[in-house]
Amino acid sequence: MGQTTNDRLLAMTETAKEMVGTCIQCGTCTASCPNTEFMDITPRHMWRLLLTDHMDAIFSSKSFIMCSSCYYCTLRCPRGLELTAAMSLLKQAASKLELKQFRRSSLFYKSFLDSVKKHGRVKEMEFMTQYFMAMKNPVLPFAYAVLGLKLLSKGKVHPEFPFGSKGKLTALFNKVAELEG
Amino acid sequence: MNYLYYPGCSLEGTSAEYDISTRLLMAAAGVQLEEIEDWSCCGATAAESQSHLLSYVLPARNLALAEKMNRSKEILVPCSACYLNLKKTEAIIKKDKPLLKKINTVLAEEDLVLKGEMKVRHLLDVLSNDVDIEKIKAGSHHKMKDLVVAPYYGCQCLRPFKIFDDPEDPHSMDALIQATGASVFDWDMGGQCCGASNTSTKPEAGMALVGNILKAAHGADAILTVCPMCQMNLESNQKKISHKEGLDLDIPVLFLPQFLGLAMGKTLTDVRLDLNLSNTRAFTEKAI
Repeated sequence: MGQTTNDRLLAMTETAKEMVGTCIQCGTCTASCPNTEFMDITPRHMWRLLLTDHMDAIFSSKSFIMCSSCYYCTLRCPRGLELTAAMSLLKQAASKLELKQFRRSSLFYKSFLDSVKKHGRVKEMEFMTQYFMAMKNPVLPFAYAVLGLKLLSKGKVHPEFPFGSKGKLTALFNKVAELEG
Repeated sequence: MNYLYYPGCSLEGTSAEYDISTRLLMAAAGVQLEEIEDWSCCGATAAESQSHLLSYVLPARNLALAEKMNRSKEILVPCSACYLNLKKTEAIIKKDKPLLKKINTVLAEEDLVLKGEMKVRHLLDVLSNDVDIEKIKAGSHHKMKDLVVAPYYGCQCLRPFKIFDDPEDPHSMDALIQATGASVFDWDMGGQCCGASNTSTKPEAGMALVGNILKAAHGADAILTVCPMCQMNLESNQKKISHKEGLDLDIPVLFLPQFLGLAMGKTLTDVRLDLNLSNTRAFTEKAI
């Protein structure tokens, strides 16, 4: 990780760091997390790394991106820390810096929001088509083919392609981008 | 009883049967729903993974539209993810005034103002606290008594906000199920996570959680859900996980209002059971 990236990550995760400032390293978060089996660093360990500015270790791991927002850690934390919200801040930083190892999740969310920006509501077929195009992986769509066809046959999704439309929520999205810098 | 109604994107498409059965059940219970005019996406989990401000602006737009209608002060939301996003916004603007100001700076682009007058309610909250349970009891027919159903709550209607149920040990669906004559399946997976969008972006992790729930539901006649994301995950991965684990994990999965509607004498067509992705035949043979 380059020096600039490291500095930017330090700045972007400052709020998350403040949020977990009083962590006592009890490990209740780790014990409560349904996804630890798929993490290389436990949540407890990750909070410690955050507090000691070990950005390299955090962002070369995929732990925070495994968070499925179940809020068990937030509910049970004896210090009352908003850990799920802190996880989201780490996801935001990874996405804004376009870190390679989080590409799949970032593009999934970006494609979703592009559809929302355009129509105000998410159009599933369009958003998935855009996601497949962004991933540039010709095999990926097949993993969703069975479900996609089933949804089509039940009239639950409609073929739509990510072209055209002036953008229902463009003004709001642009203003948010302007304020967040 | 009157509520403003926020269906959310899933209920317009992949979970149309949740929308249809919710409206039907509420009408049968004498509850009036009025859809928020021009509502838009709540941001789902996508917005909070991309931008802090956007994750509050998207729900705020809907709260502001609801205020503008100047009707009921309560919004009924069937989707747990939408519910949480709207609820979070309702809660944070009471404490964080600088954020409210920022939100309003953005909403001004659409000539909207958020004051903070709305109260956000989950469908399950309204069903278990506001709706007269005698109406469900009175309509229920005898065949439901042979059924054992597993209530599945998922995460975001229970946590982090402790509003209408115990977030560690939820039971708000019990009385509703029993009112139909059916029995509640005894399990402790009701409040566990279904993997949410991990089933799409990190399938290995997502499928493991879905598998745990399906395995634990073995022996129940159906699983009931109150969230489109949970419903999709539990329904659409049964074959894949059964194949991988060498088990038969096929189980009917219904939205709670579909089940309650059927119990009250609505038809399979009324509640659009044909739209469910799981095989519901075993359930209907026993229940109808």
